Amino acid sequence: MVYFDYANGYPVDRRVIDSMIPYMEKEIGNPSSVHSMGLKARKAIDSVRDKIREFINGDGDIIFTSGATESNNLAIIGFGMRNKGKGKHIITSSIEHMSIINSCKVLQKNGFEVTYIPVDKNGVVKVDELERSIRDDTILISIQHANNEIGTIQEIEEIGRIASERGITFHVDATASAGKIEVDVEKMSADMLTISSNDLYGPRGVSALYVGKGVRVQPIIVGGGQEKGYRSGTENVAGIVGFGTAVDIIRDEYKEEAKREKKLRDKMIKRILSEIDESYLNGHPELRLPNNVNIRFSYIEGESLVLSLDMEGIYASTASACTSKTLQPSHVLMACGLKHEEAHGSLLFTLGKGNTEEDVERLMDVLPNVVERLRMMSPLYRKKKGG
Amino acid sequence: MYTEKVMEHFRNPRNVGEIENPDGVGVVGNPVCGDLMKITIKVDDDTISDIKFQTFGCGAAIATSSMVTELAKGKKIEDAIKISKQTVADALGGLPPQKMHCSNLASDGLRRAIADYLKKNGRLDKIRELGLEKELEKMEKGEMDDHGELCEV
Repeated sequence: MVYFDYANGYPVDRRVIDSMIPYMEKEIGNPSSVHSMGLKARKAIDSVRDKIREFINGDGDIIFTSGATESNNLAIIGFGMRNKGKGKHIITSSIEHMSIINSCKVLQKNGFEVTYIPVDKNGVVKVDELERSIRDDTILISIQHANNEIGTIQEIEEIGRIASERGITFHVDATASAGKIEVDVEKMSADMLTISSNDLYGPRGVSALYVGKGVRVQPIIVGGGQEKGYRSGTENVAGIVGFGTAVDIIRDEYKEEAKREKKLRDKMIKRILSEIDESYLNGHPELRLPNNVNIRFSYIEGESLVLSLDMEGIYASTASACTSKTLQPSHVLMACGLKHEEAHGSLLFTLGKGNTEEDVERLMDVLPNVVERLRMMSPLYRKKKGG
Repeated sequence: MYTEKVMEHFRNPRNVGEIENPDGVGVVGNPVCGDLMKITIKVDDDTISDIKFQTFGCGAAIATSSMVTELAKGKKIEDAIKISKQTVADALGGLPPQKMHCSNLASDGLRRAIADYLKKNGRLDKIRELGLEKELEKMEKGEMDDHGELCEV
């Protein structure tokens, strides 16, 4: 088996699992309980807040949520609803994760105006356009640190500097970047930041929203007032403990691992582009996450590529239309200026700790044939060949 | 996501290719929407004696194309036009709901190929008899896209 689909699901590190088990079996106190078991649980999750604060170099609040989607919803909807008296304009980019874009759409239905800043062909947000789009009533800028599909890393410090100079709250979605490249809220001038556990080899269903001092958000999940009232519901203690262990591990290991993955990434890209005709790299060649390989192949469609690789025991993914409920191809690739049919023919490989040189060899033993087989089936390819 | 039957047709698609000097050609779909299918047929005595397909598209698009060729081969054209999207989906043990219309165009492609065959032979009366006027009209207008509202091009 060759797994190149880390972005869609990371394995949980064994050390993380071991650290979680006591909090499911014995240390079962509810952090809101006043007895000593409750206190123990409270201390356990609070120590994870400290770890995350240290990891991202921030001194604000850490709000635990059920996942990056919820963190992003809280950052956009929660912030917008709490601060609508100050202004109703929000700036984001056209390649954000759907949990940001659809949160912005919720606000638009509630009287907000949202500017979606375009990107260049490599997926880099046009910072000059972002600066020009700032208005007197702009209250929030939300830009992802790196893109989950094409891996492009944004000029996040520059954007943060602009937001901070203009006194606008700045949210960074660091879901795809944390654990791969440095995430530092001070350097980014970020007021809010989304970070997710599974992307750090922690359990799924846990994420955090960092909220800097002086920033106010309105809860989107209400109830018993946990998480300082920002997010109700009994805390997922075992999950949060696992998140903390994952942070401990990745903090020490990620730089070496990123170097290793980057080598594999570059080898993969080089071999695919040179060994398969009419294959092209999506995203930026250098400003790129160390674990992201996104390639488009002319004349064929992404899902059939994924299924064909699956038959060979290789797991990759596609952001193409056929995996979603509509026929629209990836909004990220379209924003990069690809034609519909180009976006449909894209394949995403995301690397992780388990990948080796042999995995790349195995892929390259199979991929050229898979592409050729699908092309031979495609009416577009024959038309091209026959002139 | 897919049934074993869909995957079986995806792994081993039947009748892939293009018939040389075909009696009828049907093209349906639009690469913009992620699906394009081309069906070529050979007809003897109003019976589909050979049929081949080429498809650009997802797993469902390839499997439905393959299934249509299998269902149509050897059939009289009167019977072949009765192969519907539902017939194809049922023969494959079902399709995911979002694939039912977007990636299940092969039966339309077959109807177009049959209409093309009849037209080439000047049998407009037969086209009317089989209710293929719409197919003919779309082909003459060069309309390839049958995705409807799902594909907002």
